[in-house]
Amino acid sequence: MSLLHLAIISPLILALFIPLVHKTVSKIHTGWFLLPLPVALFAYFLSFLGDAIGGQAIMETLAWIPSLGIDFSVRVDGLGLLFALLITGIGSLVVLYSIYYLSMEKEKLNQFYVYLLLFMGAMLGVVLSDNFIVLYAFWELTSFSSFLLIGYWNHRERSRYGAQKSMLITVFGGLAMLGGIILLYLMTGTFSISATVAMAGDIVGHSLFIPALICILLGAFTKSAQFPFHIWLPDAMEAPTPVSAYLHSATMVKAGIYLVARLTPVFAFEGLWIWLVGGIGLLTLFWGSFSAVKHTDLKGILAYSTISQLGLIMSLLGVGAAALHFPEMEDGYFAVAVTAAVFHLINHATFKGSLFMVVGIVDHETGTRDIRRLGGLMTVMPITFTLALIGSFSMAGLPPFNGFLSKEMFFTGMLRAQEIGLFNMESFGLLFPVVAWVASVFTFLYSMIIVFKTFTGKFQPEKLEVKPHEAPIGMLISPVILVSLVVIIGLFPNLVAPLIESVMASILPPLLAAGHDFDVHIYHWHGLSPELFMTIGVILAGILLYKFMPKWAGIYNRMPEKFSLNSFYDKGLENIQRGAAKITDAYMTGSIRSYLLYIFTFFILSLGITLFLKDAFVLDMSHVAEIRAYELVLAVITAVAAISVLLAKSRLSAIILLGAVGYSVSLFYVVFRAPDLALTQLVIETVSVALFLLAFYHLPKLGKNIEDTRFKAGNLIISIGVGAIVTLIALSAHSSKMFDSISQYYIENTYKKAAGENMVNVTLVDFRGFDTLFEITVLGIAALGIYSLIKLRMTRGREQ
Amino acid sequence: MKTNNLILQTATKILLFVIVLFSIYMFFAGHYEPGGGFIGGLMTSGAIVLLLIAYDIKTVSKALPFDYKKVVGVGLLFATGTAAGGLLFGKPLLTHWFTYVDLPLLGKTSLHTAVLFDIGVYLVVIGTTMTIIQTIGESE
Repeated sequence: MSLLHLAIISPLILALFIPLVHKTVSKIHTGWFLLPLPVALFAYFLSFLGDAIGGQAIMETLAWIPSLGIDFSVRVDGLGLLFALLITGIGSLVVLYSIYYLSMEKEKLNQFYVYLLLFMGAMLGVVLSDNFIVLYAFWELTSFSSFLLIGYWNHRERSRYGAQKSMLITVFGGLAMLGGIILLYLMTGTFSISATVAMAGDIVGHSLFIPALICILLGAFTKSAQFPFHIWLPDAMEAPTPVSAYLHSATMVKAGIYLVARLTPVFAFEGLWIWLVGGIGLLTLFWGSFSAVKHTDLKGILAYSTISQLGLIMSLLGVGAAALHFPEMEDGYFAVAVTAAVFHLINHATFKGSLFMVVGIVDHETGTRDIRRLGGLMTVMPITFTLALIGSFSMAGLPPFNGFLSKEMFFTGMLRAQEIGLFNMESFGLLFPVVAWVASVFTFLYSMIIVFKTFTGKFQPEKLEVKPHEAPIGMLISPVILVSLVVIIGLFPNLVAPLIESVMASILPPLLAAGHDFDVHIYHWHGLSPELFMTIGVILAGILLYKFMPKWAGIYNRMPEKFSLNSFYDKGLENIQRGAAKITDAYMTGSIRSYLLYIFTFFILSLGITLFLKDAFVLDMSHVAEIRAYELVLAVITAVAAISVLLAKSRLSAIILLGAVGYSVSLFYVVFRAPDLALTQLVIETVSVALFLLAFYHLPKLGKNIEDTRFKAGNLIISIGVGAIVTLIALSAHSSKMFDSISQYYIENTYKKAAGENMVNVTLVDFRGFDTLFEITVLGIAALGIYSLIKLRMTRGREQ
Repeated sequence: MKTNNLILQTATKILLFVIVLFSIYMFFAGHYEPGGGFIGGLMTSGAIVLLLIAYDIKTVSKALPFDYKKVVGVGLLFATGTAAGGLLFGKPLLTHWFTYVDLPLLGKTSLHTAVLFDIGVYLVVIGTTMTIIQTIGESE
């Protein structure tokens, strides 16, 4: 095990000790014991930066299940490193923030930090694994720990609802992804991600390629809350705010982005990939930003804004994938979209993390997150206001913050999308920049709502439960660090350019192989380009919409709640349960008659269809012996007795007739020369008739109305069917004897080897005594069973 | 009027021995003629059932003070013991052994371990039938 492996699982190991620490050191907030780990991990991963920028990937392998090709392989390249830095960096800040956010006395901190560490380790595993199965295992662990964190306040009904919803949706996607992974394995024969990427060219056009693509995308889209799977994210806001900041803005929801970016070199050669990733991303971008505006809960707005921003990154990755189709294009014409995606990924993590923390502070210090009750906090909480202002302006895409830069590049990418000239892009390509622009207007709008509705306007202390005041310094450290990053990256964007270059090298490796070098330069001012006019348009339209909001906001109420995706999900879940209950109620009647009906119907159908399909019915009369008069007479007697049992009007006659059937069977044994069987049958029939009579005698007096057997056509048909099938099978089995009987051996050896002359008995006790041994065991068990049934019932009766 | 079972009881006293003898014959003849442990056992229990019909359960259990559940156990012990006997001599399970001996009075007779196995069957059958009949008969 290398240090790298240890680094990945170190959060999981520390999670083991958290409850112990929490119990023994109850004076100090448990979070302090946690904090050094992500900081140390962050520093450790920084040490890989040089290698990653130099284009080197560190690979470590640890055998797990070598026979199945499943190894805990870890690979650190630009993409993995970027995510690892985000996870550990923001993880450290979130832990620090949570120390001040979560109360030591009221909260179950040990649980919280165990879940958080589980999540951190799982997330590191997802982004650094080089084995699909290991990635999948960590992937599900993130879903699971996220479920635990969303349901952290499990006494709240909404928390449980949100946790369940996110679990169902992300696990659905996770399972689809597992399917995709297996399909990929069938095509490539390896679970290694890097080997799959290297083999990408060979599997395009394979019949499993498209299904694998769709399955993998399902996993990525559910995790990253893309349309229409985004509905879990707003409900996940019931989690404590540090969790929302960490999982649902900066890390977990980006696992889907990571997966798409990681597999771009595998799937990008397929046009469907560009369309799905780009199209769904754009749809999510628009829908998320459009829906965010109508919310009044700050976390609700941020949730939809996260959805929208994830859609933005996704659509950029989709468009950027086109670059692989045109490796000859100079200066990475389409690759700029990937640059924008990576850059925005970093930016989004910084400003969204800080915004969530700011909202947490507001919630913590005022007791509400509802913007209708908030307002005028600017003077009360000046630092928080500054943080929110910078974060929101960056999110809206205003200069000089980092959001502005990535938004400009986003527009560039979208404008270039219409020039791709593949897969009908020339006709629909214009949609890309138009939708992107409209979505940006709404993004601007909700960013302004977050800042100005919360911090400006009339101060309404009477509506608040607690007296608002500025947050403690510890709570402010984390958002201050993030916001300073927003400003620093905004002012000096080329600081992160080498990192972006190395990430792009991981996403678009074939371009590098062709001798191109990614050369990322980000400028504030790039002339009077269309992008700049688009941004100006966004700001103007956004301001206008904000001014006249009360006039047009009514359109949100016009959309019926009934057709929303949430009610579709709720109704769907309800209907699945109700439908399943209905089906189960329909066939699990509790009546033995119905179950026998199913069994016999299945019997008839399966045997009948097999007989018919295999053309197995044969009738060969050559083996048949001559029919004698005795047999004929006996057969008629048996048949008459058997049919009379069915038609008997009383139980007594049915029992007597059953006895008659039994005795005539023993006569058959006589005729067919089986004296042992005849004797046994005779005695056993007598005993069983006696037992029947005993049962008859003991029937309760009440309801002892002797009635005709109820005639049911279905029963008749099924019984005739069973009889016919068995007869047909018996006839064909008799007609097609494959080989002679082995009885010749017994005939020869009964006396010679076993010193007996009664062949039946010698077979029973000697040749095949093993069967007899267990048949008498069965008899003994039956005797004890009857004894205990009767005696135990009597004992209980006496006790009562 | 008190019922009088004199005829039945007298007939039973005589018939009982005939039936038991017949069942023992059936049992021993099993290796050569129709019969064997199973039918022998059933016949013997038939004789006891006749006793039960002629007298009552208490009288019969006083005359034949067996716990029939134990009879089942002993029978199974016989059968498994015989089956395992071959193992002691390094033979597979259920290997039987036989020899011919000249006995006074009976003449040339074969001795066969299969008979021991059959005794097991015989006892289990008696035990089972009698347990069932007695339990059901005693229950109210």
